[in-house]
Amino acid sequence: MSAEDFLSRVELISPTEFAKQKVQAVQDYILLSAQALANLFRRPLYIADILQQADLIGVGSLSITVLAGTFTGAVLAMNSASTLQRFGSLSLIAQLVSVGMVRQLGPVITGLMVAGRNASGMASELGSMVVTEQIDAMRALGTDPVKKLVTPRIVSTTVMLFFLTILSDLFGLLGGSAVATLLLGLDFRQYWTDAWQILAFADVFTGLIQPVFYGFVIASVGCYYGMATSGGTQGVGRSTTQAVVASSVLILAVDAFLTRALTLLLGFR
Amino acid sequence: MALSSQMFPSEARVQPPSDAIVFENVELIFEHKPVLDGISFRLPHGETKAIFGAAGAGKSTILKLALGLLKADSGRIFVLGEDITEMTEDRLFELRSRVGIVFQESALFDSLNVRENVAFRLTEEGKIPEEQIDQRVREALSFVELENTIDMLPSELSGGMRRRVAIARAIITKPEVLLYDSPTGGLDPITSTNIIELLVKQRDVYKTSSLLVTHRLQDAFVMATHCFDRASGHMKRLPPGSKAEVPMSFLILRDGKVIFDGDAHELAHTRDEYIKKYLS
Ligand SMILES: Nc1ncnc2c1ncn2[C@@H]1O[C@H](COP(=O)(O)OP(=O)(O)OP(=O)(O)O)[C@@H](O)[C@H]1O
Ligand SMILES: [Mg+2]
Repeated sequence: MSAEDFLSRVELISPTEFAKQKVQAVQDYILLSAQALANLFRRPLYIADILQQADLIGVGSLSITVLAGTFTGAVLAMNSASTLQRFGSLSLIAQLVSVGMVRQLGPVITGLMVAGRNASGMASELGSMVVTEQIDAMRALGTDPVKKLVTPRIVSTTVMLFFLTILSDLFGLLGGSAVATLLLGLDFRQYWTDAWQILAFADVFTGLIQPVFYGFVIASVGCYYGMATSGGTQGVGRSTTQAVVASSVLILAVDAFLTRALTLLLGFR
Repeated sequence: MALSSQMFPSEARVQPPSDAIVFENVELIFEHKPVLDGISFRLPHGETKAIFGAAGAGKSTILKLALGLLKADSGRIFVLGEDITEMTEDRLFELRSRVGIVFQESALFDSLNVRENVAFRLTEEGKIPEEQIDQRVREALSFVELENTIDMLPSELSGGMRRRVAIARAIITKPEVLLYDSPTGGLDPITSTNIIELLVKQRDVYKTSSLLVTHRLQDAFVMATHCFDRASGHMKRLPPGSKAEVPMSFLILRDGKVIFDGDAHELAHTRDEYIKKYLS
C-alpha cells in the first residue's frame, strides 16, 4: 500500500469537529456519573452485584496492593536513607516513610494499581457487552444497565479502594521497617513508635479521603469507556487502553487539586 | 355480529382498535448515510409480518427502533397504542415489559447460565417467588425443547441452541408483541423448521403480534401456508385452495424504502422486477 493510499484511507477530521467530539465525550461522562450516583437513591439497589464486584475488586487486588505497598515503602526508606545520612539524621527515617506513605504514596500507588487492573477490566467487560448487544438486550428486558452495572461498580470500587489503601500504607511501613532494621541496623520497635507518633490527623485524613475520589474515578472512567465502545472487538481493545490511560492521568490530576484544596482546608502543620 | 361469530368461530375475538406497531414515515441516518428513508407500515394485533431485505437494508434497525433502543431522526413510532417517539427511558422500560425480542446474535448474558438468562426479566421484576420463577423457566425451556441445558453457560451451547434460549427468554413473560431477528439464520433445516413451528405456535395459539426478520423466504412461506394444530402439537399445512387464512404478511425493504407490503397472495402476483428476482 502506497503512502497516498494510506493517507486517503485515514479519516481526517477538522479541528472543530475534533473539539466537538471531546466536549461531547466529557458531557457524556458527566451524565453517566451523575446517573450512576442518582441511582444510589433509587430502588432497587443491586446488593448482590455490589458484593460480587467488591469481591472481584477488593479481594482480587489484595496481592498487588500488598506487593506494591511493600516495595514502595522499601524504596522510600532506601532513598530517604541516603539523603538523611548526609545530614546525620538517619533516625528520622521512620517519620519520613510514615508520612510519605500515608499522605501520598499509599493512596496514589494503590489507585494507579487498581486503575490498571480494574478500569481496564470494567471497560473490556462492558465493552464486550455493548458489541455483542448484551447491553441492548438488558434494556430490552426492562433493566437499566447504568443501575445494574455501573452503580455497583462505582460503589464497590470506592469502598474497596479505601480499605486497600489502608492495607497498602501498612505494608509500606512494613517494607520501610525491613529496610531500616535489616539494612540500616535501626531498632524495630523504635521505628514503629516513631512511625506511629508522627502521624497527625491531617496526614491520616488527607491519606484516606483520596481513595474515595480515586475509586470513583477508576470505576466511572472504566464504565464510561466500556459503555461508549463501538466498532467490534477492536473497539473493545481501544476502550480498554483508553480507560487505563484516562483513569491514571485523572487520578494524578485529582491528586494535585485535592492536595491544594486540603492544604487550604487543613493548613500546613 | 352474532351471526358472523357463529359462522367463523375462530374469529370471535373482537379486534382491539389500535394496531400493535405503527411506523409513520420513519427516517434514520447513520453517519451521514440514510439507512431508513421514510418507512411506514402497520402491524395489526395478532398478525405476523415477515421483513425481508438485502444485508444491511436496515431490518435489525427497524426492530431496535420499535423497542426504543434507537431513536429515529424523524417520523413517529407507535407501540401498543403508545407514541414512543419521545418517550423517556423510564417509561420505555414499562412498555418493554409487554414486548419480547430475539436478537440476531442471541445476545445472551455470557456471565449468567441458561436458567438465569431465561429468568432474567422475572428475577429483575421480583414480583413472583423463586420456585415459581423456576417453574416458568422450565416451561419456557420445554417450549423450545431445551430443558436439559438449564445449568449450562451460553458459551457451552451451539448457535442454534443459543437462538432457542433467546426465544425462551423472550417468551417467558408472554409478551403481547414479539420481535424476532433472523431466528433461523445460519441454522440447519431441521432446527429451522422447529423454530418456525415455534413461531407458528406463538402466532396461532397465543395470538402474539410479531415482526419476523428473515433472510429465508421459504420460512415465511411456510408460516403463511401452515397453521398450528393443537391436537397433534405440530403445525399442519392448510389445504391448498381453501379460504382459511392465517394472519401473515410480508414487507420488503430496498434502499431504505418499503417496496412491498402485503399478503402472500399479493406477493405471488407482484409485477415488480426486483421482487420477482428476490422470489425466484
Ligand atoms: N451502530 C451503527 N453505527 C453505524 N452504522 C450502523 C450501525 N448499526 C447499523 N448500521 C448501518 O445501518 C445499516 C442497516 O443495518 P442493519 O443491522 O439494520 O441491517 P440488516 O438489514 O439487519 O442486515 P443483516 O441482514 O445483515 O442483518 C447498515 O448499512 C449498517 O452499516
Ligand atoms: Mg440484522
